[in-house]
Amino acid sequence: MTDPVRIVDTTLRDGSHAMAHRFTEQHVRDTVRALDGAGVSLVEVSHGDGLGGSTFNYGFSLVDERALIAAAVEEARQARIAVLLLPGLGTVTDLRAAAELGAGAVRIATHCTEADVSVQHFTAARALGLETVGFLMLSHMAEPEALAKQARIMADAGCQCVYVVDSAGALILEDASDRVAAIVAELGDDAQVGYHGHQNLSFGVANSVLAHRAGARQIDGSLVALGAGAGNSPTEVLAATFDRLGVGTGVDKDALMDAAENVVKPFITRLPVMDRSSIVQGFGGVYSSFLLHAERAAQRYGVPAHEILYRVGERRYVGGQEDMIIDIALELVAEKRPAEREGAVGA
Amino acid sequence: MAAIVGPGNIGTDLLAKLQHSERVDVRHMVGVDPASEGLARAEALGVQASAGGVDWLLARDETPDLVFDATSAQAHLAAAPRYAEAGIRAVDLTPAATGPFTCPVVNLQEHLDAPDVNMITCGGQATIPIVHAVSSVTAVPYAEIVASVSSRSAGPGTRANIDEFTETTARGLEVVGGAERGKAIIIINPMDPPMIMRDTVFCALDPDADRAAVAQSIHDTVRRVQEYVPGYTLKAEPQFDDPRPEWNGRARVGVFLEVAGHGDYLPTYAGNLDIMTAAAARVGELMAERILETKAVHA
Repeated sequence: MTDPVRIVDTTLRDGSHAMAHRFTEQHVRDTVRALDGAGVSLVEVSHGDGLGGSTFNYGFSLVDERALIAAAVEEARQARIAVLLLPGLGTVTDLRAAAELGAGAVRIATHCTEADVSVQHFTAARALGLETVGFLMLSHMAEPEALAKQARIMADAGCQCVYVVDSAGALILEDASDRVAAIVAELGDDAQVGYHGHQNLSFGVANSVLAHRAGARQIDGSLVALGAGAGNSPTEVLAATFDRLGVGTGVDKDALMDAAENVVKPFITRLPVMDRSSIVQGFGGVYSSFLLHAERAAQRYGVPAHEILYRVGERRYVGGQEDMIIDIALELVAEKRPAEREGAVGA
Repeated sequence: MAAIVGPGNIGTDLLAKLQHSERVDVRHMVGVDPASEGLARAEALGVQASAGGVDWLLARDETPDLVFDATSAQAHLAAAPRYAEAGIRAVDLTPAATGPFTCPVVNLQEHLDAPDVNMITCGGQATIPIVHAVSSVTAVPYAEIVASVSSRSAGPGTRANIDEFTETTARGLEVVGGAERGKAIIIINPMDPPMIMRDTVFCALDPDADRAAVAQSIHDTVRRVQEYVPGYTLKAEPQFDDPRPEWNGRARVGVFLEVAGHGDYLPTYAGNLDIMTAAAARVGELMAERILETKAVHA
């Protein structure tokens, strides 16, 4: 008998990137009601970059995320509402406010080699009585053993489940399961392990299956794959796949397919797709939420988005450094200028 | 006559900078750990070093006029009243903020006689001058900064309490920078070779703000910061973006900065640490000048 898996839905958090942070209270209410009814036990709701993410750098929220969290809490019957927090951006003050609104879990995300910045926030989260999850972002940038050491820091700080987070959609098959296995070996019974995939190279669901086989017990998905880059592993596909494999999920796959078709699809502004820019993100190991920012900079400065993203990958910028997209666009403009001048002389 | 308390990386770099000073004569380096490398290094430079802490310093026959405190918020909170009682002025490089926030190019003149001045944060020293440059030309309803620092330059104190950085810097953007509301973000990047500190400043602007005057003010300010942080540079011209609905109809200026350190003791990529020690040294210089003037008048 295979161990069951908990499917966690992040449509209303990672999907915030794809929606340029324009979720309305109605979107949130309808989606939470559908997920809750389908048996999903943990639903994440926040700005894409977590609490306090509504900024120039990441994009301002149409509706204050606190209003969205409160609406989600109101709609949930059995599901727990989770919030995301990136130390260095969101603070314990933000977390306390979310807990007061009724959030029952927090997912605390750091770059995969910098877990020690989260100790303060895990300590506060446990004191608030929240369920705690740790996100090791851009996990492809650390080898399995190094990642396991970082997972240990989070677990010791009070984290109950550490995730391998493939923020760039760069992990291919064993890249994902080796990392999960290393963390499972390190943590034993001290904490669970989770997996968060992106579809940039289309491995979201396949990696999730391998992650489960390697011992992951929480797997993230988004309805219609709504998420950064080419989107996340679709929740409805995860549910159908694990069902087919005989792995218990506790969710109703048909209700999730219905939610994807009839609740989320009608309101989303762009369907997640593996286009040139998002494939470059997967290939180059670029944080998925850089996509829309690169497209905007491309339009503003007249340089191709995929060229910006290739360079972001070469520079090894990490999650949160969206400002460097503009910096690179300006660099590309400066580099192209002499070539244009030569062209002008030739003509 | 001055002393440095806290012989860690910051204190050691500060000592290297102040060795060139004509006005600030660092006589003592004080710590609490006899095995401290920083104390040994100071001794090698001819500075009297002791692991006897503040007690030792205050028991000297001749106490300093000025103390640079590069310890921790907790240690500074405990020591500040004792310095005040002994008539010693303090330049506080910790997050304790017992005295007013001070940024050399913005408000140092106002605080030259304060018994205790606080150096805010590294991100604050790098970005507040720019916010002030903008707010002295046109109203800044909102200022946001992103500080990216190398993983190797982010010490255990910063990591254990990163909220202190974001909250203190945000307050500095308001109180000293002149923004109505401030927001600060810090990113720690582990790439190797280490990335040089980068700071990006975004200010919301009135759609009719005088962009040429804003740009001029930014350029002038960068030159003034360069007087004490030579590696403080604009990576591109200030970027003006037209108003957008999602910005509440406001326009935006974006300023892209690089802060390379001077490499006195700390490596050049650690511009975040360097700008703190450089700013503290600058404050020390001007405070020492003031102290010497006062002494001359009384003599």
